[in-house]
Amino acid sequence: MDTAAILETGAKLAFVIGINLGFFAPVLAWVERKQSAVMQDRIGANRADIFGFTVIGLFHSLADALKLIFKEDFVPRGADVTMHRLAPMIALIPALMGMAVIPFGGTYEIGGHAVNLVVADLDMGLLFVFAIASVATYGVVIGAWASNNNWSMLGGLRAAAQMFSYEVTMGLTIIGLLMYYQSLSLVEIVAKQESFWNWGIIYQWPAFILFLACAIAENKRVPFDIPEAESEIVAGYFTEYSGMKFIMFWTAEFIEVVTISALCVVLFFGGHHCAFISDAGLVALFGGGDLGNILAMLFGVAVFLVKVCVLIFIQMIIRWTLPRFRYDQVMMLGWKMILPLSLVWILFVGVAILTGLMPTPA
Amino acid sequence: MTDKKPNVDFHSEHHTELLTINMGPSHPATHGTVKFLVDLDGEIISRIDVEVGYLHRGFEKECEAQTWTGVFPYTDRLDYTASVLNNVGYALAVEKLIGIEAPERCQYIRVIMSEMARMSGHYTCLAAGALELGAMTAFLYFVEARELLWDLIEEVCGARLTHNYVRIGGLTADLPAGFGDRVATVFAKNRELWDEFAKLLLKNRIFVDRMRDVGGISATDAKAWGYSGPCMRAAGVAYDIRKTNPYLVYDRLDFEIPVGTTGDNYDRFMVRMYELQQSMSIIEQCLVKMPEGPINHNDPQWRQSSKDDIFTDMESMIFHFKNEINGVPVPAGEVYFPVEGANGELGFYLVSDGSGHPVKCRVRPPCFQLTSSVKYLIEGSMLADLIPTFDMINLIGGECDR
Repeated sequence: MDTAAILETGAKLAFVIGINLGFFAPVLAWVERKQSAVMQDRIGANRADIFGFTVIGLFHSLADALKLIFKEDFVPRGADVTMHRLAPMIALIPALMGMAVIPFGGTYEIGGHAVNLVVADLDMGLLFVFAIASVATYGVVIGAWASNNNWSMLGGLRAAAQMFSYEVTMGLTIIGLLMYYQSLSLVEIVAKQESFWNWGIIYQWPAFILFLACAIAENKRVPFDIPEAESEIVAGYFTEYSGMKFIMFWTAEFIEVVTISALCVVLFFGGHHCAFISDAGLVALFGGGDLGNILAMLFGVAVFLVKVCVLIFIQMIIRWTLPRFRYDQVMMLGWKMILPLSLVWILFVGVAILTGLMPTPA
Repeated sequence: MTDKKPNVDFHSEHHTELLTINMGPSHPATHGTVKFLVDLDGEIISRIDVEVGYLHRGFEKECEAQTWTGVFPYTDRLDYTASVLNNVGYALAVEKLIGIEAPERCQYIRVIMSEMARMSGHYTCLAAGALELGAMTAFLYFVEARELLWDLIEEVCGARLTHNYVRIGGLTADLPAGFGDRVATVFAKNRELWDEFAKLLLKNRIFVDRMRDVGGISATDAKAWGYSGPCMRAAGVAYDIRKTNPYLVYDRLDFEIPVGTTGDNYDRFMVRMYELQQSMSIIEQCLVKMPEGPINHNDPQWRQSSKDDIFTDMESMIFHFKNEINGVPVPAGEVYFPVEGANGELGFYLVSDGSGHPVKCRVRPPCFQLTSSVKYLIEGSMLADLIPTFDMINLIGGECDR
């Protein structure tokens, strides 16, 4: 690996981690407060200020972080100290790793060097995302078990059952999509969506709905937040977590929201492509050459981020609108409704592709 | 089937035991301080013990140390989500013991304020029910409706939560000028919020699935457990003291009693929803029918005299002095008077020995009987079902534990 490649990978890694931890996590905390406030006819958090500037409440995330850093790092009596400390990391790190294979731009020629805007261009990128997502389950279950608390344990058990069930189902919901794009590589899937009419959402919208439902369930957010249902089991698996360890669970949840949204954008909404302009056309539009490539790259990343934000917004609307399922209803929905439906969809896609009803993109 | 059974008997060879957990008294779902001692078999509640009494403040004993009038602020703190109803219930019981009746305008105002209190109680119950199922947006819609209502109540009696508005033989204040117009404005907004709340929840499959067929009770069992109020009506028994045993001017008003069929949480929810509409209609009727006139009994011996009267009228002066020092001389005897509280039959059993203090002031709290049936309703269901059931039972600690 030459220096340029190492630098490039380093820069991409820094971008992905930076935008997740530095931008999405705090801003999502703010969005969650402000969006809920708008939906509920309230003003929302607006008091934290620096020299009198409140910046519509954005400093609250900063204040939260500061406050929680200085809080007591509490480990309950009888808890497994090592595991209790390890669990938030096991939850947070896989959440970040999932982003590694998600292409946030195309390939650009800059200074005679092809820059591919994905940290790791894996052949089986999609499988990697799912594999890594299932590791995050361990963080939750270990955290729950190590806390030596009955509420935590109940939450952990619920989380284990729910996340396991929905992983299976989530994998099946996008088999149809994979048949359509005939690839597991996310980079390739995005490359095939250059034209708007090849976007996943056009032919695969039922898969999108099923996938989003599974993804929110996998993510443990309302209406599937039974592992942390605060009215039933206090706070579920992170009842006994405070300070920075609590923040880590919480950040992991937000980053998972981002990952899910990014994955949806990549699979169903054309990634960094903006509908009707091809990548080459975009570079030409910006004047070609290195500058054109750099501008096209920035534009592509911006388009990608805007799409991600829209999907996050949709997830937040769902989160603030719906009540919570009951444990058995979640299981029923996963195994008895989404799973058979996705199987039917796979069959349908197979038949449609064979008969030419659904032309696969080249 | 028998030959396919595995040789291992999992039940005897795998050691399992029930998980005993203390839900409450400080648990997010046990608002109003109650404790559930729950034995969990996985997610199933195999045994539950409900322990009340965490909010016991000695209400009944405190009352014995007060003059008859001095009890009113204490009654506010029974069902604190609907405190005028408690005021009215107590005042009516005392008036029955004395044998007087408040003037007609006073009775209308009492009905108006009672229904507002009932609405406030129902708003709280329904909103909290939605909140605890995770629907926080719906919760805040009804909190807004309740805030608007409390603005009206504040205009009348100066307090938002503990109103202390009613007096023996009258009221502390008349309705302010232009009250009817403001009621019309607020009710228009409240009806809008009602529609939004209903849209958010009642057509929501998740919500309906959580409420429907959960915590149900038959009409016979409901009677046997001593149910009353919305929970009783949800079970299909049209028992409402405003109809069966009319007091104040309820017999002159046109309103309906919403009745459910299955007695489950969904029906309890819906009964309360429709009662909100009925209450609004009752208040509007009262505002039209309400006559002008005094709001206090004309005999200063029984009423709370105004300062004007005290300084200009000798009788008022004397009785004010006597009643403040010794208490209203309620004749010896005993009385039970029930009113329809927000949760059901709210009864006051008072005993007087002719002195200015109650010898006994016993309250029949509607939610005590309801809470006692939680064990019957919930054993064998899932842990998550406890939440909507308990919300719709609507235990109010102040009322249940006193």
